[in-house]
Amino acid sequence: MREEKIYSGSTDWPVIILYLMLCSIGVMSIYSSSYETGGSLFDFGTKYGKQLLWFGISLAAGFSLFLFDSRFFNVFAYLFYAIFLGLLLIVLLVGRETFGSKSWIEIGGFSLQPSEFAKLGTALALGRYLSEYGTDVRKWSHRLKAIMIICVPMLMVLLQGDAGSSLVFMAFVFVLYREGLPGFILVLGFGLALIFVLTLLFGPGIITMVAFFICLIFASFGFRRKQLLALLLVIVVVVAACSFSVQYVFDNALKVHQKKRILVTLKLLDDPKGFGYNVNQSKIAIGSGGFWGKGYLQGTQTKGDFVPEQTTDFIFSNIGEEFGMVGTWLLVILYTMLLVRIVFIAERQKNRFNRIYCYGVASILFFHFAVNIGMAIDLLPVIGIPLPFLSYGGSSLLAFTLLLFLLVRLDANREHELDTIGKS
Amino acid sequence: MIDGIVRRNIFIGMMLAVSFSFMARLFYLQVIDKSYTDFANQNARKVLTKYPVRGLILDRNNKLIVFNDVVYDLMVNTPTRLKNFDTAYFCSLMEIDLMEFKQRILKANQMAYLRKGVFKKNLNAPQFANLQESMYAFGDFFIEMRTDRKYESPVGSHVLGYIGEISRKELEKQNDEYYSMGDYVGKSGMEQFYEDILRGVKGEEVVLVDHMGRIKGAFAEGRFDTEPESGSFVVSSIDLELQEYGELLMKDKIGSVVAIEPSTGEILALISSPSYDPNMFNVRNRGLYYPILAQDKTKPLYNRAVMAMYPPGSVFKLVMALVGLEEGVISPDTRYTCYNGFRLGNLFIRCHPHNPQPDLEMSISTSCNAYYCNVFRAVMTQEKFKSQRDAYENWTKYMFDFGLGKTLGIDVNNETPGIIKKPEYFDKIYGEGSWKYSNIISLAIGQGELGITPVQMANIAAIIANRGFYYVPHTIRKFENGKRIPAVYTKKHLSRVSAYNYEVVVEAMAKVVLQGTAAGSKIKDIEVCGKTGTVQNPHGENHSVFIAFAPKINPKIAIATVVENSGYGSTWAAPIASLMIEKYIQRDSTDRKALEERIMKAGLIPDNLK
Repeated sequence: MREEKIYSGSTDWPVIILYLMLCSIGVMSIYSSSYETGGSLFDFGTKYGKQLLWFGISLAAGFSLFLFDSRFFNVFAYLFYAIFLGLLLIVLLVGRETFGSKSWIEIGGFSLQPSEFAKLGTALALGRYLSEYGTDVRKWSHRLKAIMIICVPMLMVLLQGDAGSSLVFMAFVFVLYREGLPGFILVLGFGLALIFVLTLLFGPGIITMVAFFICLIFASFGFRRKQLLALLLVIVVVVAACSFSVQYVFDNALKVHQKKRILVTLKLLDDPKGFGYNVNQSKIAIGSGGFWGKGYLQGTQTKGDFVPEQTTDFIFSNIGEEFGMVGTWLLVILYTMLLVRIVFIAERQKNRFNRIYCYGVASILFFHFAVNIGMAIDLLPVIGIPLPFLSYGGSSLLAFTLLLFLLVRLDANREHELDTIGKS
Repeated sequence: MIDGIVRRNIFIGMMLAVSFSFMARLFYLQVIDKSYTDFANQNARKVLTKYPVRGLILDRNNKLIVFNDVVYDLMVNTPTRLKNFDTAYFCSLMEIDLMEFKQRILKANQMAYLRKGVFKKNLNAPQFANLQESMYAFGDFFIEMRTDRKYESPVGSHVLGYIGEISRKELEKQNDEYYSMGDYVGKSGMEQFYEDILRGVKGEEVVLVDHMGRIKGAFAEGRFDTEPESGSFVVSSIDLELQEYGELLMKDKIGSVVAIEPSTGEILALISSPSYDPNMFNVRNRGLYYPILAQDKTKPLYNRAVMAMYPPGSVFKLVMALVGLEEGVISPDTRYTCYNGFRLGNLFIRCHPHNPQPDLEMSISTSCNAYYCNVFRAVMTQEKFKSQRDAYENWTKYMFDFGLGKTLGIDVNNETPGIIKKPEYFDKIYGEGSWKYSNIISLAIGQGELGITPVQMANIAAIIANRGFYYVPHTIRKFENGKRIPAVYTKKHLSRVSAYNYEVVVEAMAKVVLQGTAAGSKIKDIEVCGKTGTVQNPHGENHSVFIAFAPKINPKIAIATVVENSGYGSTWAAPIASLMIEKYIQRDSTDRKALEERIMKAGLIPDNLK
């Protein structure tokens, strides 16, 4: 009986079509970025050829997920998690070092980046844990366990020296939030980020004073209530403590290039030839695209290789240059449609594991999308993470494809699945 | 459940907020802010200069004087990045060491905003061949082809001038932004004066480059490219054959010869000796020869023809005679007695033996000193002037109109005005109003406070040949492109002396050559009018001076010759002028072989300058 139900007819084609569109844009863009006149279209020695090959492999791998029972992933979620953690450990021990980070292992002729797959494992494990009967994120002990599941791979990736990829794991906070993490924790998080930026801009002293005066104004409205006064006092002290510690962390914990990139984004450092080079060139490429763009394969900045990493982290600059605002808006809209579609798919799951997993996928993709494009247009500091489905890179394409196709696979059987594991 | 939907909406809200802020930011970057297009062009476009062929210079008979020669310069993109650059290999090809490499890169990058700098000028053949093969490996470098100058004949340096790399000062001074660093520009002589005609117009090729400065192809299919326009020919007034002959005659002598066509002011030959081969001063060779020439004691770089001032000596008597005639203080029949000199109180100006009572004509042909002291006294003591100071001032006006004491405005560099003192000068020395002709009597015979350049002497010869007018001497004859030569060279300047007063002086000058002091320099079939001069030189032997024009009727050539430290005017200057006149008018080689040989072989450079 079950054999017939393994592949059901309710595949979510909009997601797959959006996926195919994004991947095609990526392949086209990589072709343009590494385009040399006279090159063959299907030369697998070129970046473009390799990406096309990986695209094929990814599609095959993605559709092969439909061969498995949808419960398979729930049942073996921890196993996958363990395997990927193991790979991360192997990388730490025997990995190949490039650009100062140790995040690759070689298997046969292929190089794999396990950190890309660790996100998938973490999403599965988190879904499994949170959907287990009796788990409640509102309880601190359970909350800590969930955070542990996120933090272990995150720290391992950080130990590899890949700070950007490790930050991605913070996206799982959104999953916890959806599953009941109090909203004020998110607000606190944003507040901390705000304090971080403001401190770097104005210095901790001024921030503390401003916080104090704002609280004083609030206090003047309700000075009789002792509780309010006490709360305001605590807020001032906390803000001051955060602000000063932010300065301390910034000065002492961050690496030089991280500090400089942050300063460049905050316009506290003008260094278009050094640490601001990538961003500056990216802005030039995107800005010079204008409204309609220069046309496919006509980008002078792309042809001249002016934006470093223009096939990987800065692939957005190529689209901006050749397709202009029409192209960039279209890409942003396509991406937003994919993200929103995933959230809707998540919400229609009857099975908690499925929903949590879907939220994991949405969170990860959202984080990548926001950070990658944000840095390309100089809204965020340079954090070297790819734009999923578009950036050149086999591991990344394969990992994101599996992440997304597993979602489609789980969604396909949503009508037949109940909360099984936990309740049975 | 409701809580879940709120949380979902908050999550979706965050996504939409991010997307909208991206779209807003992209709208700003791509549509509002236009500056990125410029930055992108600065990045990816490079303008390669296509240099035009510099115009040629021809002589008055359309004989080629100056033409072009190809030079290769090694240029480097600035600011220089040198990514993946094999410095050791490059240095070995260029045969330089690392220190020099770094210095050259540093120097090329001093004007980095120009986006290119000269790494090495004038590559030699092996360097060019080596580099040409390996250029692909040196992305930052490229070779630019330029044209240097070459000269048919080793003569005429002082007229032709030279070209060289534009200086920083010249770059800043230009007002049309035409030149950029490393361009060649006329530095002196005709090359400088007629730069606008000769240079042509540069063309441009706009190419796309990558981040290493390597050319990726044409920009916009070459739609913005322009072809260079070659410079126009410039026809000089110089007669190359005459110039060559004159330089040969002046070999191993210090001095000048300037020959002018009186009817136009065109300079036929301008020789300053010793000179140097202009090929030594082209871009390729100048670095090598400049120090040698600059240190030479005979000063070959010094253009004596327009820069050296001499008291003119006896040739000045012609001017004195003309002033005397025009002022009406003498007539052709006026005779003064020569007491083997001129005595005035304690002052005695000596003269040489000749007919003791010469008339004007004889005074010129025998070059009587006393006669001109008398003329000068007569000019200075005219009753129509309130004072001798006024008389002197009147006299200086004649001088200025003879082109003396001022620069003529000739198209040769560094022309000096010579010396004609204003009355104020003598006021200072002797006290205002308390000086008279006796204080300055030596002016009468072309000595004293008087300085005249060879070109001014030649101009006087031209004025007399024209019987009273001149055109500013110039080396330009015409432009190939039909543009008119500068108006200053076609404007007629009148001397203050009426035409009829010239005739007696012309007759006298004819006598000078026929039977007077320059009788040794007469030419069969050509009636030459001349005047010798022997200029007292306190530093050594006298300077030999001669001015002349020929033929007497319808003169074709006016000439001045100065041979320093050589003695009498009749010994050296006059024969040289005579041979030149013969060459110019008769074109074939002279019959006076012995004279020619004597002149050519003579070495008259004083020992202390050798």
